[in-house]
Formats: sequence, structure tokens, C-alpha cells
Amino acid sequence: MTERLDACISCHGKEGRTINAEYLPRIAGKPAGYLFNQLMNFRDGRRNNTAMSHLLQPLSDAYLREIAEYFSALELPYPAPQSALASAAILRRGEVLVLRGDASLKLPACAACHGLPLTGVAPAIPGLLGLPSAYLSAQLGAWRAGQRRAHTPDCMAGVAKALSPADVSAVAAWLSAQPVPSPAKPIAKLDAPLPLQCGGVPQ
Amino acid sequence: MKRLRAIAFGLSIFAVAWVVTALLRDVNGESEVVADSPPFVATSAQIERGEYLARIGNCAGCHTARGGEAYAGGRAVDTPFGAIYASNLTPDKDTGIGAWGSTAFYRAMHEGRSRDGRLLYPAFPYPNITLTTREDSDAIFAYLMNRVNPASQANTPNTLRFPFNNQFALAVWRALYFKGGEFQLEPTKSADWNRGAYLVQGLAHCGACHSTRNALGAPVAGHAYDGAMMPGNDWYAPSLTAVSEASGADWSLVEIATWLKDGATPKASALGPMAEVIFQSTQYANNADLLAMATYLKALPSAEPSRTSSAPTRLVTQRNSDGVGAALYAKHCASCHGENGEGKADAFPALAGNRAVTMANATNVISIIIKGGFAPATKGNPRPHGMPPYYHLLSDTDIALLTTHIRSSWGNAGSAVTELDMVKYRNALGAGL
Repeated sequence: MTERLDACISCHGKEGRTINAEYLPRIAGKPAGYLFNQLMNFRDGRRNNTAMSHLLQPLSDAYLREIAEYFSALELPYPAPQSALASAAILRRGEVLVLRGDASLKLPACAACHGLPLTGVAPAIPGLLGLPSAYLSAQLGAWRAGQRRAHTPDCMAGVAKALSPADVSAVAAWLSAQPVPSPAKPIAKLDAPLPLQCGGVPQ
Repeated sequence: MKRLRAIAFGLSIFAVAWVVTALLRDVNGESEVVADSPPFVATSAQIERGEYLARIGNCAGCHTARGGEAYAGGRAVDTPFGAIYASNLTPDKDTGIGAWGSTAFYRAMHEGRSRDGRLLYPAFPYPNITLTTREDSDAIFAYLMNRVNPASQANTPNTLRFPFNNQFALAVWRALYFKGGEFQLEPTKSADWNRGAYLVQGLAHCGACHSTRNALGAPVAGHAYDGAMMPGNDWYAPSLTAVSEASGADWSLVEIATWLKDGATPKASALGPMAEVIFQSTQYANNADLLAMATYLKALPSAEPSRTSSAPTRLVTQRNSDGVGAALYAKHCASCHGENGEGKADAFPALAGNRAVTMANATNVISIIIKGGFAPATKGNPRPHGMPPYYHLLSDTDIALLTTHIRSSWGNAGSAVTELDMVKYRNALGAGL
């Protein structure tokens, strides 16, 4: 399978392990359902990236699922977190939003869906750790602008639109500065039901 | 003398009036075709047949937008004259073809006219599809009306520039270049050849991409299937008549049929727009039709393109003689394609002797290096290998050197690619890459 997927590794790093380049996320070890949904989103135009859309055009659902499962099953160490460049106040705001949310903005905590260890929930909710700050900001920004979409109902679009640009930076800064627990497996199940309706995620 | 001039003047006025009347007749000459009388009743065999034929015609290739509802239209067909948006073919009564009858549908296929009589733009390939029989047209209509979910999605207006955006210009184009017709059996040829010709020339509209077009986007007599740049100039649809490009003359019928079905054979694998055609269309064709198309393609008259190769610039020649291209190849390519461009069976295509690498027009090989790509996922090749993109790893100069190296090594005799060529290719390959 590795031999077939050189096209992915060229950007996402050896074994999909990330080269921690600004906008290129790690794909190894992410939940298979999440990776599959993203492959479909790129192929079918809900996410926009010229390189990704081009590569995926002639690929079947079955093969995309297999590719997702291949990268999801890789268990590889994470790089050390980025050093936090933001001020203590910004990091504190980020931590509050991630772990507790903000009721005045009707924002649930990131942890309410992505799991308290923030390593994601099988099969379709991704972990938030081990990602570059620039990548996290770009994704939330793209959702705010309608450039990144998920299956409807697109819960993350609602969340991103409720975040101010300053909050986006704060969340990205805090998340990217956290160490990744080892192993960084997605948890099997959340304690409480999801606070939002999310397309492509079994509820 | 004066009298002669007066007669000539009178005649030319008459000729102009006659032409204008003819064009106006094409614009206004036919009215709405409302409904079938008696009403059209589809049989289940017809519906099934129609689904198959719609696949062969790759109707969804344009009429289904990326991620959109099946056949609801909306995908832009880029032309040098502006974008034309494929229409909604679902049975929705208001925005689709739910109010159409089979007669109106056949008239659209055969004459390029909408239900209300309006002329259609030939981005809808009716100059090819005109050959489709009424029986096959009815089957496709039966399928669309009975198996496709009605989707309420209004058609997107075209964004053609003046003067291409009016019906009179279209009538002029049609007077010059469009002739409706039915497929004429060639009694001296085999049944297979005839079936293949019917599909290749007609419904499968291979010539829409593979034939030279003139400045007005019309086919040029004597240049059928001799290769053409795709609109946007980011891919070259190779000649199906040149042995140096994509002619089937040296392939067996089984090899051609297998390529159309699986998207890969030991001799070649499909990337780019043809990968999408195989993915969405030809992989679903039955063996009889694949062999028929292969028979027709293999028998196309051979013709080599006139070569307009650019002379290598001094830099490319000098640095490649210094081994820079070879070093790039060893670093980035040899682990898959082999030290001598020999490839690896069932995985990585050989570059030595590969026509897609050596053909006179180097657009595709450069595009593949820049953007990468997968062969189509098909029944026969469900887990295709992917070529990585190199847009982020190689400079334009690197790509010129590397491409020149693979086009001229291991017995390959393709022309050099210069840095000047690369500017052109980068512009065509567009933003983001």
C-alpha cells in the first residue's frame, strides 16, 4: 500500500507523519472515518485544494476508504509541540475556549466533541493536537469564509463563525503548544451526547 | 460596364438577403416541441439500456457538478469564448427536463435545439451526438425521466463574451460548421467497425477533445482525431492517428479494449482528463462495445503530426551534458521508474519508450510532474498507484532539465523542453501549483 500512496507522502511526509510544514497536516493515526470524509470532501468540492482535488478525481469511494484506513492505522510518534509565541493572556483565552467553551457565544468546548484528551473520537472526529498553529488557524478561517465545508449539517461552520479572529488565533496558539499524549489514539466514545448535530459523524 | 456592376451589386444584395434569411430561419425557424402524443411510455429494458448509453456518452461528466446531485447540471465547460454551464437533465418539471417529451429530447440530441426551439451551444457536443439513433436517444430519455431523482436546480446562465453570446452568431457558426446527420453504415466494413464508428464518432464524442479545432472552435476537415489542446491549455488530448502519440495501430484489440476498461495496461496507464473519462464512462462499457471501439480506433488512418520542436536553450543543453537532469532523475524518479526508465510491472509505468513521455507536445508529461495524478480506480485496477506532485520540490529550471533528460534517454528521442516552454506551461497549469 505504501508503494501505491507515494503521491500522499510527497507532501504529508513519510508514512503520513507530517513534516510539520505550515499548512500540511499530519494524516497518520487520524480517525479513519474523518480521513475518509476529508478525502470525499476534496474529491467532491466541499473542500478546496487544487492539488488534492486533482489527485482524487478518478478514485472510487472504496479506494478512498482503504487509503483512509491505511493512514489511520499507522501508529507513529509525534514531534514535540511548537513553542508558544502568544502572550499568556491569549493562551489562557485559548485554553478556556478549548476546555470549557463560552456560553455567552453559545460555543461548546472543543473538548465536548473532540474528547477531553483532544485526541479525537472514533470513527469520524479528528484529534486537535500535534497540528501546526498556522494549519489550525487556516482551517477555522476557511470555515468562517465558507471555503472549507463538511457534510451538512456542517457543525464546524457554525462554531467557526461564532469565533472572532482573535479567538481563532487563541485556540490555535494554545492547541499547537500542547504535547501529544502517547499513544495518541482517538477515544472510542464520548461521555455525553454531542452538543451539536454534525454531518458525516455517527451520533 | 455600369450595367454589369449594377447586376453584380443586385446579386450580392440578393445573396446577403438569402444568407440572412437562412440564418434567421435557423434562429427562429422551429417552435416549441411540447409533449409526446401519444405519451412516451418507457419499458424497463429501455431504461436499463438508457443508463448504459448515458454512461458511454459520459453525460454525467458535464451534467453532474462535482459533489452535486446526479444530472442536475451546473458544471462549467470552459471554452475560449467563455464558460457554458451544463443544464439540469433531471426530471424536475420547472428546472430540469420533466416537461420535455422524447421528440424534443431527440431534437436536442440530433439538431442542438432546446425544447423551446432555441439553438444550443456546441459545448454540448451535438455535432457528434447528432449521429445517435432515435432509439438510443429514447432509451437515454427513458433513463433520465425514470431513474434519476428530480432535482430543483435552476440552470446557470452562460458567461460567453460578445459576439458569441447571441443566437445569430450561433446560427452563423451552425451554417458554417454543423451538419445534422444519421450514422451511415459502411457496408464494406465489419459490423464491429461500424458499431465502433457509431460510438466513437457519435455518443462517446471522442473527437470533441481529440480532434483539432479552428479559431472558432469548430472541427477542421481532414484533421479528425489528430490531437488537440484541451481548453485551458493544461493538457493535450493526443492524436489517435499518430503512432508516436496514442494511435492504436500497434496495439492489439484486447490491449485497446483493456485500456479503456481498466485505465492501465502494461503499455500505458491513463492520467489526466482521460482518467476521468475512463473512471466515469468507458469502464462501464461491455466487452462487445469496447472491442468494437477498439476495432474502429485501430483502423483509423495513420498520420504523423508535423513536429514543431523548440531548439534546446544553451543552458538546458549545457547543464544536461553536465548531468544535472540525470541527477534529478536519480534523486526523485528512479526509485519507482527504475534506473533506466524501465518502470515496474503492474505498478509504475516505464518511461523508456513511453509515448506519453516522448510525444512532440510535452504538456502532459510536465503536467504530470507538476501535479502528479492517479490512474482511474476501476474494476480491473481498483487500487491504482499514484504519481506524487512535484510542484513544491522542483523549480521550473529543474523540471525543464528533468523533462529533457527523460525525453532523450534510454532510446527516447523527444525534443528538449526549455525554460521558456516552462513559463508557458506554468501559466496554463494555473494558480495554486
